[in-house]
Amino acid sequence: MTQPLLRTPLYDLHIELGARMVPFAGYDMPVQYPAGVMAEHLHTRGQAGLFDVSHMGQVRIRPRSGNIADAAAALEALVPADIASLKPGRQRYAVFTTDDGGISDDLMVTNMGEWLLLVVNAACKAADFAHVHKALNETCMVEMLDGRALIALQGPAAEAALAALNPAAAAMRFMDVAEMDLAGVNCIVSRSGYTGEDGYEIGMANEGAETVARALLAQPGVAPAGLGARDSLRLEAGLCLYGADIDLTTTPVEGALEWSIQKSRRPGGARAGGYPGARIVADQLGDGTTRRRVGLRAEGRAPVRGGAELFADEAGQVPAGRVTSGAFGPSVGGPVAMGYVAADHMAVGTRLFASVRGRLLPVAVVALPFVPATFKR
Amino acid sequence: MTVYYTKEHEWLRVEGNVAVVGITAHAANELGEIVFSEARDPGTTVEQGDSVAVVESVKAASDIYAPVTGDVLAFNDALTDDAALINRDPEGEGWIVRMTIADATQLEGLMDHATYTALVG
Repeated sequence: MTQPLLRTPLYDLHIELGARMVPFAGYDMPVQYPAGVMAEHLHTRGQAGLFDVSHMGQVRIRPRSGNIADAAAALEALVPADIASLKPGRQRYAVFTTDDGGISDDLMVTNMGEWLLLVVNAACKAADFAHVHKALNETCMVEMLDGRALIALQGPAAEAALAALNPAAAAMRFMDVAEMDLAGVNCIVSRSGYTGEDGYEIGMANEGAETVARALLAQPGVAPAGLGARDSLRLEAGLCLYGADIDLTTTPVEGALEWSIQKSRRPGGARAGGYPGARIVADQLGDGTTRRRVGLRAEGRAPVRGGAELFADEAGQVPAGRVTSGAFGPSVGGPVAMGYVAADHMAVGTRLFASVRGRLLPVAVVALPFVPATFKR
Repeated sequence: MTVYYTKEHEWLRVEGNVAVVGITAHAANELGEIVFSEARDPGTTVEQGDSVAVVESVKAASDIYAPVTGDVLAFNDALTDDAALINRDPEGEGWIVRMTIADATQLEGLMDHATYTALVG
């Protein structure tokens, strides 16, 4: 069952830039450019990387009543985040929960004033759309914005590069969202991203994507970066990859994502619960969980990758958990990983052993992120 | 000095009854920056096609398959602190493992330089 790969509006630009293209979530995507994953990663932390993330899903939710509060209330039936208090021009992280308290995707929610904009993972977007459409169709018009592209500009040089196209970009704070013209193209710009760096995600109609991308690449310090660097950057930033670090079997509390459940949605809050699996999640918020997502730092130089089993003892007799993401962290200069460990072993500083090619390699439980975030709060 | 190549993009240099094994420049380029490498312990007997070593890029781990049957003699210790040596000099200083050649007739199934070059274009 091989279907032809979809292309983003920046496909020709990727080829022109010498990208190595790989299949990802049904799209032909740039995994790296000639500079390579390591250089692109370090360039993003040092200056600015430009990423094509047009494969991600963008969903518009418009309240049939015309009252944005109705759309926010409706969406709160699907996510544990506080959407009602999200002000116009602000963005927030959320997860879709299941009746078991698992996570069916993670997403960004923006209050666009008269509508809500969701940005969801590429691999989940069809299911997410169906889920939202089914639950909200009575109160809202739910549309997949197939005709829109999304570009991420990340790194310390991002502000100057974007401000050169429109000075309004510089005034934005972390998680602000604004509509603005860039190189003559109407864009929706958020000051957020997936690298731990200051930066922006920039959405626009497909036809304008290449114009904006080229205008940004012409700015000092901006270089293209592929999905390879995006993955190592988000891992160092301690950010979850859906399908690896969080999935249907992990709850938001196990996933150490309590921060995405605001007080108003917790037990005793003004709008406590009301989302799928709320009782399970509420119990876990109170009682804790038997396992939790933690950071892991290998003592040696061998990368410990997703899937590696973790043990509490050097002999590998006492299971302690499993690695869900792991790679060499270019900015850390060594292997970094995240995984789920049993409650007995999740304290920072705990020494565990990861099974790699039949050997048990010592790893330490460490605080996330591996690289401090540099958001403009 | 005879050098053979495999379809797995490895090279093997024959030194008497010893093989020095590494990955080709083509493979090193495809993998990108190599951040870690290790081999099976010295003394381990590996069959032709068994994993004898691993190289890891930022993104992924790749097995190095024994091009012939033999015993592992040594890992290139220079790679312990500087695995990127494989990228800089894949077919020279960036060799990965030395091993014995148990059955020299297996060499006949490998490629010469011209055949390999034609394969990778």
